[in-house]
Amino acid sequence: MLELTLFYIASAVALFATVMVITRLHAVHSLLYLMLSLLSVGVILFLLGAHFAAVLEVIIYAGAIMVVFIFVIMMLNQGQKTIEQERLWLQPKGWIGPALLALILFLEVLVMLVQGDISGTGNIVNSKQVGMALFGPYLLAVELASILLLAGLVGAYHLGKIIRKTARPEENS
Amino acid sequence: MNGILIEQSLLLSIALFVLGVTGVLVRRNLIMILMSLEIMLNATGLAFIAAGSRWGQADGQIMFLLILTLAAAEVGIGLGLTLQIYRRFHSLDTDSINKMQG
Amino acid sequence: MLELLWVIPLTPFLSFLFLAIGGEQLSKPAISWMGVGSVGVSAMLTALIAGEFLNGTMQAYPMQLGNWFTIEHWSVPFGFYLDALSMTMLIVVTGVGFLIHLYSAEFMALDSGYARFFAYMNLFVAGMLVLVLADNLLLLYFGWEGVGLGSYLLISFWYQDPVNGNAARKAFVMTRIGDTALLVGLFVLFSHLHSLDIQTLMAQITSRWEAGGPLPVATATLLLCGALGKSAQLPLQSWLPDAMAGPTPVSALIHAATMVTAGVYLIARTHSLFILAPSVQSLVAIIGAMTLLMAGCSALTQTDIKRILAYSTISQLGYMFLALGVGAWSAAIFHLLNHAFFKALLFLAAGVVIECFHHEHNIFKMGGLRKIMPIAFWSFLIGCTALSGLPFSSGYESKHRILLAAFQASPYLWAAGCVGALITGIYSFRMVFLIFFGELGPVAEKPPGWRMRLPLIMLSALALFGGMLQIPLDSVFPALVAQQASRSFNSVAVITAIAPFIGLLIASQFYLTGSLSVQNFANNGWIKPIRNFWFSGWGMDKFYDYLVVRPFKTFCKLNRNDVVDGLNTAIVLLCFGGHLLGSTLQTGRIRWYAASMMLGVVTIIAIGWST
Repeated sequence: MLELTLFYIASAVALFATVMVITRLHAVHSLLYLMLSLLSVGVILFLLGAHFAAVLEVIIYAGAIMVVFIFVIMMLNQGQKTIEQERLWLQPKGWIGPALLALILFLEVLVMLVQGDISGTGNIVNSKQVGMALFGPYLLAVELASILLLAGLVGAYHLGKIIRKTARPEENS
Repeated sequence: MNGILIEQSLLLSIALFVLGVTGVLVRRNLIMILMSLEIMLNATGLAFIAAGSRWGQADGQIMFLLILTLAAAEVGIGLGLTLQIYRRFHSLDTDSINKMQG
Repeated sequence: MLELLWVIPLTPFLSFLFLAIGGEQLSKPAISWMGVGSVGVSAMLTALIAGEFLNGTMQAYPMQLGNWFTIEHWSVPFGFYLDALSMTMLIVVTGVGFLIHLYSAEFMALDSGYARFFAYMNLFVAGMLVLVLADNLLLLYFGWEGVGLGSYLLISFWYQDPVNGNAARKAFVMTRIGDTALLVGLFVLFSHLHSLDIQTLMAQITSRWEAGGPLPVATATLLLCGALGKSAQLPLQSWLPDAMAGPTPVSALIHAATMVTAGVYLIARTHSLFILAPSVQSLVAIIGAMTLLMAGCSALTQTDIKRILAYSTISQLGYMFLALGVGAWSAAIFHLLNHAFFKALLFLAAGVVIECFHHEHNIFKMGGLRKIMPIAFWSFLIGCTALSGLPFSSGYESKHRILLAAFQASPYLWAAGCVGALITGIYSFRMVFLIFFGELGPVAEKPPGWRMRLPLIMLSALALFGGMLQIPLDSVFPALVAQQASRSFNSVAVITAIAPFIGLLIASQFYLTGSLSVQNFANNGWIKPIRNFWFSGWGMDKFYDYLVVRPFKTFCKLNRNDVVDGLNTAIVLLCFGGHLLGSTLQTGRIRWYAASMMLGVVTIIAIGWST
């Protein structure tokens, strides 16, 4: 029963956050809400007994990919109007929502951890099983995933290059 | 109790996916579209985990890992393209990048 | 000798092939030997066969030469059938044909298309011979088309002038209308009786079809239309005056003696069918009477010598149709025979006259040729005598018989024939007086050689004494009902005999003595429009222009962009429209494509759910 309640709360948070993501005007606002959505999904994964996946979700998805987003938005500074925007961003109405929801999420996890082993809500598939599968039947998948990441790396490097139209003065020698 | 949870989480996964699709279709800003794509990928991963939990196999989580890898590579390339588009068109409005029309 | 019947059409045909392929390489004497000689061989054979046939029992002689084609169980043979009727036609075609070929050997000597001329002439003669000898209607139709082709080729012999080409086209198209009707008639006959052999058909018709029924009437009408086209009767007669654009020997052979008589021959051949459809037979007579009057009136006003003779031919053919219509079959064929002689004579003499006056065709610009060219004068005079039907000429005999038979059928037809004889007298002697009497016009004195004299002399003899030829056609035709002796002295016969004399008198008053002035008469207020109307051939050309040509031209103008081609254009437009539709879907906007993908997914899931 407890698990079910926790599950409902977490899914409510996820849904609300996702709705917020797609309705915000400011890119960074929606990004914050997206972070929240990802975190709540991580909680749900934990409730489902997929501990390894939950951790991965938080570290990689919310921790790395979203950060990349933030960096790009930072690079695409829109010009003079961003200075005013900074002041606006720091207003409570910008971050109070995500913060509050994140707090609720945090309390949930706390309750889960305090309660002890709440793995009864599903079969726990622990990391050992996952590791055994990765190094066993899914070895090829791992290698392919790494090649994919390599391709992504090279592509991102190329696409991010700035092509200078005008020659620099030092080069005329 | 296990059954109920699995069903609910699949339901949630569908709801999140639909919201992501809505976001792709409604927003014009390129960054917003990419974010909505992330929502969709995330929802799919949730569905896989739920299935893996149901059967008690590691395959669900491995699929989720691969989806994660895919999302990372896609975000890298997508944002690189966004930068290029911004440099050329000086705007992130996807509706105005329609030179392939006709 | 009868076994050699098949050689008669063969020699002209072989000569045609030879001259068509290699005629250019030969010398002029060689060409004339080949061209004239081939018809000469046919003529000689005809004479021999005629001697044998007429002295014998005059039994019909059929001859089969193998199959033309076979479809399932029905085969069309190359079959020839010799009886008194086809014998008569053979004599006409080969005899007169040979004389005309001989004449044209000298007449066309200076023309550059000498070999071509003889090739076409031989083709024509071969076609005509096949036509008269055929024992089944399909082979007859083959000959029918062959002579149509020959006529076309020869009318447009001097093809560099587009006027000649137009005349040839006009002739071909108008006769084509008749030919199509004839073909449909053949289809009807075949579909009902399953045979096209003429003797079989005639026997079956008399035994199986009832008189006056819809089938005989329909078939007879169709065959009649075919005959009308070829023989230039109402309403398809206006091609013949224009056909005079060809050389004079062509006019003599084709448009006087042989091709235009093909219609008469057809009706005579299928007389059993016409007997079974009395309404159609009376129609034949009425058409004949109307045509002879119309053509005669037109001939009165013409100034071109060949056009006068052309209208005269139409008029005489009207007499033959009149005879066929009242049931005087033998009289019609007899008149055909005589007409061939004197009309060919007239045309050949006209050729000499035209040559004398430096290719001048207008008779009002000629005159006084009597003293310079006696041969032309006497030939022309004899020809006109026979044409008018004055006594002691062949024309008198045949015309007399026709008019007496017409009187038995209906007095009105007889009256029309008499008036026609009167008019014939007027216009024929008008020609004689204007050309040969009076003051001498500009002349070139080149007397014709023996090759032109001999045919003229022979035809003159035949025109005078041909009336005594007794071709026994009773073996072919049923006897005329209530036959009266042709020399009975009742008032009808007298009036019939006198009519051409009155014509001669009128003509002499106007043109010889000048006691009645033509100018005053013609410029009279109410005469002038009539004269112009008759000059244009009773307005037939204008009538056809309004009836057929203008609607056709309007239709063509409307269809300028080819409605049927619109189907192709529609396909193109469809593709183009599809392209435009497709390209509007290519907006280049990401969200549009994403939306279409979602739409696709939703549709697929829906389909998957419903099945």
